[in-house]
Amino acid sequence: MSNHVKSLATSLQARFDDRIRESNIALDELTIVVAKKDIMDVTTVLKEEFAFDQLIDLCGVDYSTYGNAESSFKPAERFAVIYHLLSVRNNYRLRVRTFLPDEAMPKIASIKTIWSAANWFEREAFDLYGFIFEGHDDLRRLLTDYGFIGHPFRKDFPLEGNVEMRYDPVQQRVIYEPVSIEERNLVPRVIRRDNRYHSSTQPGEA
Amino acid sequence: MAEIRNYTLNFGPQHPSAHGVLRLVLELDGEVIERADPHIGLLHRGTEKLAEHKAFNQNIGYMDRLDYVSMLANEHGYVLAIEKMLGTVPPVRAQYIRVMFDEVTRILNHLLWLGAHALDIGAMTVFLFAFREREDLFDAYEAVSGARMHATYYRPGGVYRDLPDTMPKYETSKWHNQKEVNKLNENREGSLLDFLEDFTRRFPGYVDEYETLLTDNRIWKQRTVDIAIVSPERALQMGLTGPMLRGSGVEWDLRKKQPYEVYDQLDFDIPVGVTGDCYDRYLVRVAEMREANKIIKQCIDWLRANPGPVIVNDVKVAPPSRENMKGNMEAMIHHFKLFTEGYCVPEGEAYAAVEHPKGEFGIYLVSDGANKPYRLKIRAPGFAHLAALDEMSRGHMLADVVAIIGTQDIVFGEVDR
Repeated sequence: MSNHVKSLATSLQARFDDRIRESNIALDELTIVVAKKDIMDVTTVLKEEFAFDQLIDLCGVDYSTYGNAESSFKPAERFAVIYHLLSVRNNYRLRVRTFLPDEAMPKIASIKTIWSAANWFEREAFDLYGFIFEGHDDLRRLLTDYGFIGHPFRKDFPLEGNVEMRYDPVQQRVIYEPVSIEERNLVPRVIRRDNRYHSSTQPGEA
Repeated sequence: MAEIRNYTLNFGPQHPSAHGVLRLVLELDGEVIERADPHIGLLHRGTEKLAEHKAFNQNIGYMDRLDYVSMLANEHGYVLAIEKMLGTVPPVRAQYIRVMFDEVTRILNHLLWLGAHALDIGAMTVFLFAFREREDLFDAYEAVSGARMHATYYRPGGVYRDLPDTMPKYETSKWHNQKEVNKLNENREGSLLDFLEDFTRRFPGYVDEYETLLTDNRIWKQRTVDIAIVSPERALQMGLTGPMLRGSGVEWDLRKKQPYEVYDQLDFDIPVGVTGDCYDRYLVRVAEMREANKIIKQCIDWLRANPGPVIVNDVKVAPPSRENMKGNMEAMIHHFKLFTEGYCVPEGEAYAAVEHPKGEFGIYLVSDGANKPYRLKIRAPGFAHLAALDEMSRGHMLADVVAIIGTQDIVFGEVDR
């Protein structure tokens, strides 16, 4: 399996050259980092020449609270879009990561024309992270409520949300109010270095 | 004669054949669908966000509630992702147990799908038959985990406990006298494996019953043959996986192509359709139930012959035995740390996918070395399938939308997450 992945990495490197910013294999999975401007070209070639016939997944990640000073992976930007591709013909998987530089208005080209499956995945990422997919003709919210404000999966969006909803018997309609529940965290988040995993072989780098 | 105008019809969110809370906005030309716009998210609970605030093991329970008709298959994907990052390999017995319960889950899922799909199209009896068999499988779930549906049974490193030697039995009540109860308890005298083996013996006959009712049924064929034909190229384009893809004739099954656990040591076939219409997908799923039954039988035989541990002996990930914990200070500390803080997963990212009854269920896990996931993305098969509804229903009649929702095997727990 790992030879399989290595040969794919080499052939991708040969084909794309410096358009692949970074390429690494961890846990038998190949990840390539592609600049935002190249995403259309690279994905088109991946589909046409490398037979990646399925877009399995597309999701956003917000790296703003990632790790601590000792973390080996230092994200270049706050936001990234992750594409998971699958080649049914060759039985390959590939992860493509693209960082979105402009934090206030993260934009990236839509790949809906390359894989139809991207349609809803991009709508979902737009809804949850606020990424603008340029060229997507139907970029509406998908999972959140009609008229929802904010992008809930960003790390600065509170887990409890901002508003809560109830039926008001006086006004005889459903009204929105600021949340009344308080944050409750029973298990604090800790990062511990476990020497079993950080000895000579680093199993995975993000 | 009056002029017929296009109009927009709202379907759902509360409609018996919307399979949950699906709101569909349909643009119709007479009775022909011009555009279908599914509005989803009415069951959105933010599972992925919640998971970022919970320790790894606490999220297993959320996985059951994603696709709530194939609970253990969801857990499996999540547990595999964690194991991949931890580098933990569960004992072989645990792998067999997981495979066995994955296939039990596949039958559970396909039975619900078959019953609901047939009910939507107008065949009442299949639903009642399917639920009769589901009851036995729920009993198997209950015997092993204590819960009929949301089992929370898999753990990173194995499964929570070994298979029980006894089955829970019915007791007499004012509705059931001793004679009836004895009959009900007939196949519950032995262990869980005996009970399941009895099921695997009976089940092919039950599938024959469903097929007698449907396969050559004139009405069933009128409603499904040549409805929503998906070509293999389009199926790949739209991200269809599982029976939806295989119904279109693409031979792709993760259990064969990217085997996980012990699937590479088991003997089973992958049924594939030809035309890619609703009827083919029906045949594929029915054949899958028979294959799943075969796999369960093989697992039972193996599990009978090979006792052993069912969870790794690594106290950093799996709790120590109860006995050990009471007598050993070290074990007690491990137990305490495990249940108050959990374990830290090494920094990195992983994607683990399983062949879920509905398709490819994938978990993309990003960890920054903490005791909670940094980002958890759930790749639900139903999400991609429902996105294809628009294309699949165009040009069909209004009544066919129901058949298409049925054939997609939509469950909102996983679509909305």
